[in-house]
Amino acid sequence: MAIEVRIPTILRQYTDGEKAVEGAGGTLDELFDDLESRHAGLRARLVDDNGLRRFVNVYLNDEDVRFLGGLKTELKDGDSVTVLPAVAGG
Amino acid sequence: MRFDSLLDSVGRTPLVGLPRLSPSPDVRLWAKLEDHNPTGSIKDRAALRMINEAEKEGLLKPGCTILEPTSGNTGISLAMAAKMRGYRMVCVMPENTSEERRQILAMWGSEIVSSPAAGGSNEAVRVAKRLAEEHPDWVMLYQYGNPANAQAHYEGTAAELYEDLPEVTHFVAGLGTTGTLMGVGRFFREHKPEVCIVAAEPRYGELVYGLRNMDEGFVPELYDPSLIDARFSVGPRDAVRRTRQLIEEEGIFAGISTGAILHAALGQAAKSMAANERADIAFVVADGGWKYLSTGAYSGTIADAEERLEGQLWA
Repeated sequence: MAIEVRIPTILRQYTDGEKAVEGAGGTLDELFDDLESRHAGLRARLVDDNGLRRFVNVYLNDEDVRFLGGLKTELKDGDSVTVLPAVAGG
Repeated sequence: MRFDSLLDSVGRTPLVGLPRLSPSPDVRLWAKLEDHNPTGSIKDRAALRMINEAEKEGLLKPGCTILEPTSGNTGISLAMAAKMRGYRMVCVMPENTSEERRQILAMWGSEIVSSPAAGGSNEAVRVAKRLAEEHPDWVMLYQYGNPANAQAHYEGTAAELYEDLPEVTHFVAGLGTTGTLMGVGRFFREHKPEVCIVAAEPRYGELVYGLRNMDEGFVPELYDPSLIDARFSVGPRDAVRRTRQLIEEEGIFAGISTGAILHAALGQAAKSMAANERADIAFVVADGGWKYLSTGAYSGTIADAEERLEGQLWA
């Protein structure tokens, strides 16, 4: 089952410069584990002991996963996941 | 309506129904026209309130210099109020903001310090904090962490909306400083907790996220995620498409961030339709489109407009 994951510029060192990679998993947590198996070091940039890192935003089909189920958010085939650093507006 | 001065006329903006964009008589959309404020944006509310509070606390005295990191609208609002109250204004603004914003700031007498395009507003915040250290006598009102920002929306935006539309079920606004959503969110949590608070966050081109590492991100000190229920990321394509749809179908000429907000509002409307639930969805028209004409968002194909917005701070 394939899920497209968009990677921000500053994390592409872990994906050989790729803007987007594919992964699999029934939840976001499983997806990050799956990515780690091919892109070692990526998971630790996204997640720490408390869940998603403070300045990391993850969107499932454009919706912030913190308001869905966090790392337990369920995924399905064809979903799109976007990782972005938190930035200021205003 | 009669006021003693321009500053006294901030707020009390119209709430208008959108008969063409509303999908049914039971699922209705409402626009709160914040472009009707004196400098043409919702930021007049926060700017005036922050200045008033700082004066009350004795932080701002005649002749003071106000410093603020801003991508435009807050700076414009502060510059107008500062001019009326006799303060010098210094704005730190990313260099990838529209030319109109610079001209308008200068017109109201603000000095502009440019911060690098890469990193967007994060970089402006960093530069402003450094300037504040170098000039301890300057007053940084700091919209990202100043409770007066959210309070302006608690007492103003939210209270006005509730008075005009007591049947409101959803509120949708842009997420930048988070001031609008925090103030309105807190108001409804206290007065009508079943109202769903929805954030629409602009998703920019890659340049804007050009941080050196993931630990240099920024979350406004005001932000309390328990006051909102959902948060959507909206890219330039959807934002431009909806901005044009708002003109085409309802005649409202709004800025590009409003297109992003409308996109989230229409998404909510579709969900309510699918669930067969009554909904009165109110959203914010944050400003008019005038300041963004030079970005090319209003002419040519949507694909062209999207391309021209790449790398710009369009919200």
